[in-house]
Amino acid sequence: MTGVLVAALQVVVVAGGSPLLVGAMRQVRARLEGRAGPGVAQPWRDLRKLLRKEPLTPRGTTEVFRLAPVLLMATTLVVAAVVPFLTNATPLGPVADLFAVVALLSLGAVALALAGIDTGTAFGGMGASREVTIIALVEPTLLVAIFALSVRVGSTNLGDIVTSTLHDPALVISPVSLLAALAFAVAIIAETGRLPVDNPATHLELTMVHEAMVLEYAGPDLALVEWASAMRLAVFLGLLANLFAPWGIASLAGPLPVAVAVAALAGKVAVLGLALAVGEVFMAKLRLFRVPELLAGSFLLALLAVAASYFLA
Amino acid sequence: MNPAAVGLGLSLGAAAVASVTALVCPDRVRPLLVGLLAAVSGAAGVVAGVAGMAGHRLAVTLPDLLPLFGIRLVLDPLGGLFMAAVGGVAVAAAVFGIGYTSPQGRGGSGLHRRAFQVVYPLFVAAMLLVPAAASIGTFLVCWELMAVTSLLLVLAEHRRRPAVAQAGLWYAVMTHLGMVAILVGLVLFAAHAPGGSFAALRDAAGELSPLVRGVVFVATLIGFASKSGVVPLHVWLPRAHPEAPSHVSALMSAAMVNLGVYGIVRVGFDLLGVGSRWWWVLVLTLGAVSAVYGILQAAMSTDLKRLLGYSTTENMGLVLVGVGAAGMFAAAGNQVLAGLAMAAALLHVVNHAAFKTLLFLSAGSVLHATGTRDLDELGGLRARMPATTLLFGLGALAASALPLGAAFVSEWLLLQGLIHGVAAGGVAFAVTMPVAVAAVALTAGLAVASFVKAFGVGFLARPRSAAAENATESGPTMIGAMGLAGAACVALALAPTVLVPALAPVVGAAGPLLDSPAAQGALTLRLVAVAGSLSPLLLAAALLVAALAVVLLLRFVADRRTRRQARLWDCGAGPLSARMEYTATSFAEPLQRVFDDVLAPELDVDVTHVQESRYLVDSVEYRARVPDRIERRLYQPVLRLVDAWGQAGRGLANGSVHRYLGYGFYTLVGLLVLLAVTR
Repeated sequence: MTGVLVAALQVVVVAGGSPLLVGAMRQVRARLEGRAGPGVAQPWRDLRKLLRKEPLTPRGTTEVFRLAPVLLMATTLVVAAVVPFLTNATPLGPVADLFAVVALLSLGAVALALAGIDTGTAFGGMGASREVTIIALVEPTLLVAIFALSVRVGSTNLGDIVTSTLHDPALVISPVSLLAALAFAVAIIAETGRLPVDNPATHLELTMVHEAMVLEYAGPDLALVEWASAMRLAVFLGLLANLFAPWGIASLAGPLPVAVAVAALAGKVAVLGLALAVGEVFMAKLRLFRVPELLAGSFLLALLAVAASYFLA
Repeated sequence: MNPAAVGLGLSLGAAAVASVTALVCPDRVRPLLVGLLAAVSGAAGVVAGVAGMAGHRLAVTLPDLLPLFGIRLVLDPLGGLFMAAVGGVAVAAAVFGIGYTSPQGRGGSGLHRRAFQVVYPLFVAAMLLVPAAASIGTFLVCWELMAVTSLLLVLAEHRRRPAVAQAGLWYAVMTHLGMVAILVGLVLFAAHAPGGSFAALRDAAGELSPLVRGVVFVATLIGFASKSGVVPLHVWLPRAHPEAPSHVSALMSAAMVNLGVYGIVRVGFDLLGVGSRWWWVLVLTLGAVSAVYGILQAAMSTDLKRLLGYSTTENMGLVLVGVGAAGMFAAAGNQVLAGLAMAAALLHVVNHAAFKTLLFLSAGSVLHATGTRDLDELGGLRARMPATTLLFGLGALAASALPLGAAFVSEWLLLQGLIHGVAAGGVAFAVTMPVAVAAVALTAGLAVASFVKAFGVGFLARPRSAAAENATESGPTMIGAMGLAGAACVALALAPTVLVPALAPVVGAAGPLLDSPAAQGALTLRLVAVAGSLSPLLLAAALLVAALAVVLLLRFVADRRTRRQARLWDCGAGPLSARMEYTATSFAEPLQRVFDDVLAPELDVDVTHVQESRYLVDSVEYRARVPDRIERRLYQPVLRLVDAWGQAGRGLANGSVHRYLGYGFYTLVGLLVLLAVTR
């Protein structure tokens, strides 16, 4: 029963914290760029505002457009419950392993891409086409990086991977882990649409990917999309943090270890998020057709990680 | 009473009756009667196959039916699985055919004619017999019957489209070259065995020299791989499968290609007893290359059925990755992993049969309603063909290896086998397994892109042509058949825990070197002996709960006014037209650029300037084509050579009978001289 409670707590923490993460990242960027910034809680205020607006459906769109935000949100919620964020003994562990988690997150992205096509506008199609291209190239990197991590554990179960790292901290500085972490990080940047792959703050048709897909959303639907996107970012960063540095996670049930785990998770994700935000200040967006080179590079890193896992073991 | 015998007898009987009925009954009722009888034949085939899987062995020997060889049929669990898969596809395809070939249907396809309807049940029967054949003679007769009947069915619409004749020619040549390869392999095998029955071959395999075994395996592999559409022998598949009538496409792409896999497993594992590791490295490499190349071509295709054809190449590649890995493990003596990889491959065969049937039938429904399979001209079918759209979406989900889809489960199982394979020891595994995982991963990503394109561009948004705009939903039999295939997809996706344990005897039948994979749990697919678990059913339930929670949250938190229709953002430039939409070509363009070096697309831009000034453009003509590069590089030179040979030979034949008699005379004299000199 406590396991279910912890899983529910994970969902609440991710859902409640992710807008703050996005707010903090924006605030850091604003300060570094010499602006005052709207404050850390601004994404929450935006969500509240959007949720109160009138729901709108663009003419000519189908259920796909209506259901995509719900599916996006649902996949993210399930992932937030399944991944060992707070405890490495989640009751949902046997339901979905690392492959399933990555595939679930892709499912959400695919739903949004279909919604983009469904609008029938050039923007929607363009965004969907670009997003799908990026998914197609990120997927191999993610799967091969998972492969590298799983080989040494002999399992793709997330709980097993986290536990093995907890028991053997030296694994973290092994070449396998470092290469896989790097590949994972690049893949995450691409999958969550951050610089240098996609600029989340632009509406320029030449460059936008994610924003082009969701251009037709308004009101509560847009709130869902924005919220789910923030949660995806938090989930990916949390996954990165806990796969490669799981310390602080609760091995025992009980209020105190879980509270520590919440603080540790928040701290790790905040550090990663802020590092990403600082990096974005000093980086320009890549040309769309240079992005595959970046992703091919990360794919190579992942393959090297796999090779290292055998030959350096 | 043996249910396998009853099922197979009923199945063949129904097919024979269907064929005779097609000969004698009038045009009006022919599609209905033939469709129903063929469906009965398929359903009985499923019964026989399932009985075979459950261990009801069937052995029939009719020594007098065929001169020299006799007919020998044995149904074991391995054959049973493939028979059940063929039967299942045949049921859906036959019911679909009732509406699709009906003379009252739109367009008057001419498929209700006698020639087509007589052959159709024979094709089903031939496919059902192949996995039961238990001697070289029987096997080759059934195999050839399957090839010839399918060729006749492919050619059914040759009067309507010139491309059909060309596709038929490619198919005829490739399938017969494959047949020759199988024949050479099996005859060589039989020459070293006391008889032609599979039991005799199995016993004799142990005494064969490694060279002979290798030659037998490679020769049969060539033939079976060409039937499965494996690169580089795939060139006929994306031509012939799309040009056949759609329910025949489904039969070919979902059922017939499986029999190539069956052949490889039967000969390689069962008859030859696994053999050397290099065989299976070869199979795995062929599979990985086919998977990536097939899906890359599918991602570029704008023809809906051609896209599905290439996707068949991809999926057969994935199956062969599993079969190859199983062979490598078995050769290394690791029975657990061999069983796991083989189970993954067989599960993917079944899943692929289900979703490819659904996809080809839905594509047929679209073709029937619009007369086009060009994705660039489709779109907007959601409003006009809701059932077809829903079912195609279901099939696309199943095909794209995303959770809640059937292919996800089998690819997950395959990846589990490959991941644990690295630990199986040896550099060979450390090199091949990561490359195989990378290939499977790349395939998974590109499959998503292909099917988002096929579903999104083909069915959503606004219609791009008048044909798509005037489409109407297909009739009840067609929808019913698609629904049947769709239900199979859903069942396979959510309840693999039912099928995977049932695969155990099938894997066991493939050879003693494979351990039956055991998966426990009613809800969770939990692997035994290696770590790994997945629960598609609970995952689906969790997603459903989460989605309901989101909807409820919106109900309480969000604004409760009813939804209002609003204008799409058109940059203030007036109403958007269908010409402004993204097409399938433009959707795939970024991927085409990324894989530029592999695909070598042909782009042609002609700019015509206005006469007065070359700074003003009058018109721009843009042509882009992504040719099949393997066909161009590998086959065209051979075809040119054959052509040149033929041209050279023309000089010899000028029509004069004297000259031909002279040729005969000189040849005879030459031979006699040769004999006199050498003897």
